[in-house]
Amino acid sequence: MTKKEYQTYVNEKAPKSPKLINGIKAFVVGGLICIIGQLIYNFFISLGLLEEEVLSITTIIMIFLGAILTGMNIYDEIGKFAGAGSAVPITGFANSIVSPAMEFKSEGQIMGVGAKMFVIAGPVLVYGTITSVIIGIIYYFIRM
Amino acid sequence: MAVKRVGNQTVILQKPPIILESASIAGKKEGEGPLADYFDMILEDDLFGEKTWEKAESRLIREVLLKVIDKACLSYSDINYVISGDLLNQCIAASFGVRESQIPFFGVYGACSTMAESISLGSMIIDGGFADHIVCMTSSHFCSAEKQFRFPLEMGSQRPPTAQWTVTGAGAVLLSSDISGIGITKITTGYIADKGIKDANNMGAAMAPATAATIVAHFKDTGLQPDYYDMIITGDLGKFGGELCCSMVENEGYKIKDRYKDCGVLIYDLEKQDVACGGSGCGCSAVVLTSYLYQLLKEGFIKRILFVATGALLSTTSSQQGESILGIAHAVSVERIGI
Repeated sequence: MTKKEYQTYVNEKAPKSPKLINGIKAFVVGGLICIIGQLIYNFFISLGLLEEEVLSITTIIMIFLGAILTGMNIYDEIGKFAGAGSAVPITGFANSIVSPAMEFKSEGQIMGVGAKMFVIAGPVLVYGTITSVIIGIIYYFIRM
Repeated sequence: MAVKRVGNQTVILQKPPIILESASIAGKKEGEGPLADYFDMILEDDLFGEKTWEKAESRLIREVLLKVIDKACLSYSDINYVISGDLLNQCIAASFGVRESQIPFFGVYGACSTMAESISLGSMIIDGGFADHIVCMTSSHFCSAEKQFRFPLEMGSQRPPTAQWTVTGAGAVLLSSDISGIGITKITTGYIADKGIKDANNMGAAMAPATAATIVAHFKDTGLQPDYYDMIITGDLGKFGGELCCSMVENEGYKIKDRYKDCGVLIYDLEKQDVACGGSGCGCSAVVLTSYLYQLLKEGFIKRILFVATGALLSTTSSQQGESILGIAHAVSVERIGI
């Protein structure tokens, strides 16, 4: 059997992820996380704060929740169940920074926590920033 | 002249080394599996009283070495060599675990095939008349392996159904130049096989071709048929990889299905323990051999097994550079001799 034939054979025979069920779970959990965010947003709006302030407050609280649930060994269980549903919202971003920080604490504060904290989220930050700069430049020229 | 060689890959030992004793330590999750009664020791906490996962794994090595020597009523100074390796970078679990013993040390790396690799080398050294007592051992730890090869433990992610679960545990055998007991009679050393599999969540498929090649080579070299063995047991192909391997061996004309087993499938309850295709890691085949299989052989429930530990050779660097996962498998015949 050639390499190609073997890979095709393996792909055919391999047990598949239940895509539909996983999709539904991700949809429900991702939706719930967004509802929590929306409730927090509505609460602060009802206090009479400005929308810009409320957006920042909501984001900060969601990041805090993601981080604290990671620290309490709960977020990985949610992630196991929900997949992308808990990875895509900003709580998942917090999880991807806090989890390596916890894991590499054993290598010290500098080379462990400090250096490894962005091992997963780093690429998101780099390419997120670059993309926003590019979009910003395009926006600037369109507005002119 | 190499009078002990037969065929391309096999040696037949003229004075088969005897497994004088074996010892096994298993993690908490493994201790909740179907083989729990066979382990010498089950950890209550996978940190094993240490501060880091890596230190815990070194302690597994240290304790299993002590245990096997204790069980044989020997001391460190009676052991001529210790041959050990593990999955961590530069095999630190083995070297740090052995450092206090002052036993001459050979470090080996065969990924999850390490148990069969160390037994192969140890047996040849004894058969060659270079040693009387050798400890061959290996370990793996779920948490240290995840940290090195995959994602942080607390990161929320899903595993596909072909994934496997790294076993926390260590197993050791004490080989001796005695003449009766459970002996190592034949060794078939595998070659590296690459079928281009790149999915680190499908190690079984990456290792199956190498395993099938080693099993077929063993039968071709020795002229034996599968029914010579009561059990042909692979290290950690898992459920899916095991099926692939079986059908590849059967395609070569050797019917092994009725006596084929996989340590990765035996060590967990696949339905209840959420381990997808089963166990993996150096410790997987090591703890199953040194607990369950050794016990079955000792009590005479089975007389001969072909133990084939299977390894996936890769690093995070090789994967990131787009290399495929290489497979390797080494086979050793373990038989009751004169008992």
